[in-house]
This record gives sequence, structure tokens and C-alpha cells, in this order.
Amino acid sequence: MAAPTIRSLRTPLGRVRGLGAARGGTHHWWMQRVTSIALLPLTVWLVFSLATMPDSTWQQATAWIGRPFNAVLLLAFLAAAFHHTAAGLQVVIEDYVRGEMARLGLLLAVKGVCVLLWLSASLAVLRIAVR
Amino acid sequence: MSKITDTREAVMVGRRSDGSLVRRPLSPHLQAYDMLQMTSALSITHRITGVVWSVGLVFLVWWLLAAASGEAAFNGVMWFLGSFVGVIGLMGLTAAAWYHTLAGIRHLYWDSGRGFDLPTTYLTGRAVLIGTAALTALTWLIMLIAWI
Repeated sequence: MAAPTIRSLRTPLGRVRGLGAARGGTHHWWMQRVTSIALLPLTVWLVFSLATMPDSTWQQATAWIGRPFNAVLLLAFLAAAFHHTAAGLQVVIEDYVRGEMARLGLLLAVKGVCVLLWLSASLAVLRIAVR
Repeated sequence: MSKITDTREAVMVGRRSDGSLVRRPLSPHLQAYDMLQMTSALSITHRITGVVWSVGLVFLVWWLLAAASGEAAFNGVMWFLGSFVGVIGLMGLTAAAWYHTLAGIRHLYWDSGRGFDLPTTYLTGRAVLIGTAALTALTWLIMLIAWI
């Protein structure tokens, strides 16, 4: 039996892993899609919920945030939204910002701000919901 | 020509017949491309509304943090959101959010490998625009009814 002809300089193991030169494969692209699908119902819920409470007092707003159903969906929305935002802004920066150092610095700054905003907002929801 | 600061530009450098270096044009070739046709206009609008939504998230975080920290801080946020600038900003954010949501559904449809022919592209593009207008109007109608 003849040995299989190799028509590519990529190793067979590398082809099977399918992770490419950046070692990430399609993970970034895939997670952007997964979070976008999660955000479809969550966004519809959040926008229409907030639209019904334009003149809410502090008591009414905290009561709404503190309800378990709303608190869980808010935490889910924040997690999906900030993952999706960080992934989207990363692509925009990678497309338009020239220069390795400027791009890397801006990417790290944007990711850091996204994580801090996500943690702050989640802490706020938990603090209102758990007491 | 100026110094190359980005390694990705190395493959985009050529030489003229007299030997001098020239920087080749990079995609999306704005100097040769009509950015006013619907396909490309909706495409860049999807990206812009995504960035706008990111900024809008900061206001959602502010609203939640203020609600958690107390009545005075919450009243401050609600005063700003109810001001002229706040209402105009929220209206723009509503439109951007619905556009990005609907254009995102269009992208997921494209990801399934469908809808790339020109008639379908124009059809889904118009659907996104009409849907954005309808959902934005519906959102503010609900808000007005709740306000009264």
C-alpha cells in the first residue's frame, strides 16, 4: 500500500486540530455568534422592560431589579453583552488601529474597561437583589 | 514613503518601475469603492451601531450602579436621562440597538450560507431598515403610554 500523498506543508495533526497560526481557531468568531443569539431574546426583554418604566422612582426601580426573574436575566444580559461588546470592539480595533504597540495597548485597555464595567454592573444587581 | 509600523503592511508594499517604494491600497479600497450603495452603507452602519451600543451599555451600568448606591444617585441619573440631551441620546440609542439587533439577525442568516444573491440582499436590507423604524417607534410609543 502506497503512503498517502501529502499536498500541504501543514502537519496532519495541525489540520485535525484546526486551530490555525493564532492557536484560537474559530473560537472568537463562534463565541460572537453564540452571544449574539443569547442577546436576541435578552435585548427584546430588556428594551421593552425599560421602556415601560420611564418615570419610575428609586423604590420602584430597585424593586424591579431585585425581583429574582429580572435579576437573573439582567446578570445574563450583562455577561453576554460585555462578552459580545469586547469581541466586537476587538475586531474594530484590529481593523483600524495601525502599529503593534498602539493596537495591543488599546485592546488591553478596552478589554479591561469591559471587564470592570461588567463586574460593577453585576455587583450592583446582586447588591440590590440579595439583601 | 513613511516607515512601516505594522507588520501586516509589509506584504502591501510594492515598487514602481523606477525602483521607488509604493504603499499599495488596502481593502476596502475607499478610493475606488462607492460607499453610498445600500450594501456597504448598511454594513458600516452595523459596525457604527455596535460601537454606539457599547457606549450605551455604559449608561446602563451607570443606571444600575446609581440604583445600588442610593436614592439621591438614582435621581441624578433619572434627571440626566429625562433631560433634553438624555432623551435625544436614548432615542438614538434605541434606534442603534434595534438596527444592530436586526442587522445581526441578517448576519446570522448569512452565516448559514443563505441570502447572498443581490435581490435577497436588497430585500433583507430594506427589511432591516423598515424593522428598525417600526421597533424604534413602538418602543417610544410604549414609553409615552407608560409616562402618561
